[in-house]
Amino acid sequence: MVRLFYFARLREALGLAAEEVELPAEVADVTALMAWLAQRGGVWQDEFAGCRPLRAAINQELAANTDSIRGGDEIAFFPPVTGG
Amino acid sequence: MSVRVQHEDFDVGAEITQLRLARPDTGAVAAFIGQVRDINEGTGVSAMTLEHYPGMTEKALAAIVDRAKQRWDIFDALVIHRIGTLQPTDQIVLVVVIGAHRGEAFAACGFIMDYLKTEAPFWKKEETPGGTRWVEARSTDDAARQRWEDN
Repeated sequence: MVRLFYFARLREALGLAAEEVELPAEVADVTALMAWLAQRGGVWQDEFAGCRPLRAAINQELAANTDSIRGGDEIAFFPPVTGG
Repeated sequence: MSVRVQHEDFDVGAEITQLRLARPDTGAVAAFIGQVRDINEGTGVSAMTLEHYPGMTEKALAAIVDRAKQRWDIFDALVIHRIGTLQPTDQIVLVVVIGAHRGEAFAACGFIMDYLKTEAPFWKKEETPGGTRWVEARSTDDAARQRWEDN
């Protein structure tokens, strides 16, 4: 089980702020998770198939697409940040 | 070192005074204040809403300040960033760095802002005459951060 969070424009596009999901064993890194989310189709395909810039964080630290995912992780996806 | 994410406005003078008086060996105070603009991308902006990632935001800001302290010989740094709905001319962010001399204080203050703009999880949504829109990240902000990586 992992917890997923979506922020800002992405959250609005998906109509979802957070969810808990059980991932298949082969979904072991950020790239694989994005592909897994994209195959939900529709807006998920639009957002996670790589056409739009997205950032990821694992357990509240910025993550690279090759970073591993483990059970219990808190994983967030969001557009490039625009604070300051 | 102190990092605050808050809805309320901040008093720049009071914050600076508290920081510098705590260290009588301070010779330099460098500060950056961000203000909400009433225009962006050529369109009027009547209000702005700041969203963030509670928990990660504070950690990201603290990590940025830690890196600045490792890189420069500064005494202390303060970052305050507001969230929620703000109006044009509202203060949005404050960075204060104190140290013995201005060179390191200026550099550390710029470094903290450049990393805040590109790594701290805040997002701006603007209200314009044409409706609301999410602000797009700027490549110039990435370039501003990159110069610290290159030097």
